[in-house]
Amino acid sequence: MLLQQLVNGLTLGAVYTLLALSFSLVMGILGILNLAIAELFMIGGYIGFAAIGANLPLPVALVAGMIGGALISAVIEKLGYEPLRDAPVVTPMLSTLGFSIILQNVAINLWGSDPLQLPDQYLGGQLQFGWFTIGKMQLTVLVATVLLVAIVAFIVQKTSTGRALRAVAENREVARLLGVSANRLVLFAFMLSGSLAGAAGVLISLHYAAITPYVGVEVGLKAIAVMVVGGSTRIWGALVAGPLIGLAEVMTVAYGGSQIRDFVVYGLMILILLLRPQGLLGGAQIDRGQRV
Amino acid sequence: MKDWLLQLQKVSKIFGGIHALSEVSCTVPRGEIVGIIGPNGAGKTTLFNVITGAYLADSGNVLLDDQFVTNWAPYRIVRSGIARTFQNIRLFPSMTVWEHLLVAQQHSGSIFRRLLPTAWADPAACERAEEVLDFFDLTAVRDREARSLPYGIQRRVEMARAVTMKPKLLLLDEPVAGMNQEEAENIRQLMLRLRETGLAILLIEHDMNFVMNLCSYLYVLDFGILIAEGSPTEVRNNPVVLDAYLGQDADA
Repeated sequence: MLLQQLVNGLTLGAVYTLLALSFSLVMGILGILNLAIAELFMIGGYIGFAAIGANLPLPVALVAGMIGGALISAVIEKLGYEPLRDAPVVTPMLSTLGFSIILQNVAINLWGSDPLQLPDQYLGGQLQFGWFTIGKMQLTVLVATVLLVAIVAFIVQKTSTGRALRAVAENREVARLLGVSANRLVLFAFMLSGSLAGAAGVLISLHYAAITPYVGVEVGLKAIAVMVVGGSTRIWGALVAGPLIGLAEVMTVAYGGSQIRDFVVYGLMILILLLRPQGLLGGAQIDRGQRV
Repeated sequence: MKDWLLQLQKVSKIFGGIHALSEVSCTVPRGEIVGIIGPNGAGKTTLFNVITGAYLADSGNVLLDDQFVTNWAPYRIVRSGIARTFQNIRLFPSMTVWEHLLVAQQHSGSIFRRLLPTAWADPAACERAEEVLDFFDLTAVRDREARSLPYGIQRRVEMARAVTMKPKLLLLDEPVAGMNQEEAENIRQLMLRLRETGLAILLIEHDMNFVMNLCSYLYVLDFGILIAEGSPTEVRNNPVVLDAYLGQDADA
């Protein structure tokens, strides 16, 4: 039973991790919270549903969700961020809030406000490992998350684009002086972030075999909490905080009841932030690059 | 006529009615080290900011290799061959020395090439970084994060990052500020070796003694005005210069 809940918690945590990484890719580089990410996640879920409904294999559904998320994110960057990049940070944040409301509205009009559900046969079977079972879908979520995180880690750490992203995050002015083209990079960061959100949406909607246009707000808010708990100046904080929050949530529901779920999850967030205001992996402020 | 690399023609910069630079003209010949000295607040760093495009000049011209680069975007000026360091070191704190040298080499490769590991995608950049690492004697700290390095080494990393871009002209803003004798001498030797590679250097310095045996020519700036120029010996014996420096000391 406990082991079973651990697996459930890790599965949920994996999705939070992906979504938190999506938030922190943009946050780390631009210092703005792209609120539309929560709705990219929701749209990703619908794309995943549509693909599975059309009898496409799961990897295709995942890639479709990622491409959808990346493309919408690119539009948001072009229309909602780039024209406002010299405005105070709250302005582009509000424009992303506007986009998130529009996206939710589009989803309600396209797919209705009632939850959509997948018939049971899509859920896949259960795999038996000794004394616990894991759903094939759960395993898929975990494996896909590990793969995606590895790809992002590789891009950020080892490639020329990733280094340029980090340089812009640490000192935008100097990075530009070195010939880094900040505009192209910002677009790339938005698209990478959007594709992660889309992937997370596909994974969670297929995992629960259900989706509503309102899923983005609830899960998105938790992902923001995960990012902050992990330390918003360090994008890898999400890798620790995601599973932690996922486990806390599932354990609470299993042993305490779902009525106190959010109380425990957000209480834990506040507690961690009181003890470590910079987040679990966050560095001190002085470690950050000078922003001129 | 001499082979000028950089020419400034009557460059002026005004901040809210204050003349930070008034019709400053100066030149840097190819392959030489030229110094700009002057008391604090004389406009030395402002001059660097105008040359690199960080500030827009209100009048006057900047020419590199006989090409007008006045008020170009900073990245275009960098690409045309002027690299700089800063008075207060500006590194990327959590990036390693090696990464600093790679990030300074932004070639306009395709997006796919730029998403491959740099060692495969751009061996030339790695080779260049290796070469500079060796020149600046930074091989031992190659994989250390910039913030964990001692001050003197951070200065060398910043110079190395600028040199990696293969500039024609290197602008150094008080490269030995806050250093002890030994560290300063180390930087001086580096500059001499850089000159041997054919690089021209324009150096801002507060301390007149440091530039004496280093620069082939000196400009003296005070309140945004060029008050003297000449060989180091000429400048040292120029009563106007002594006045500017002594006057400042008397005030301090």
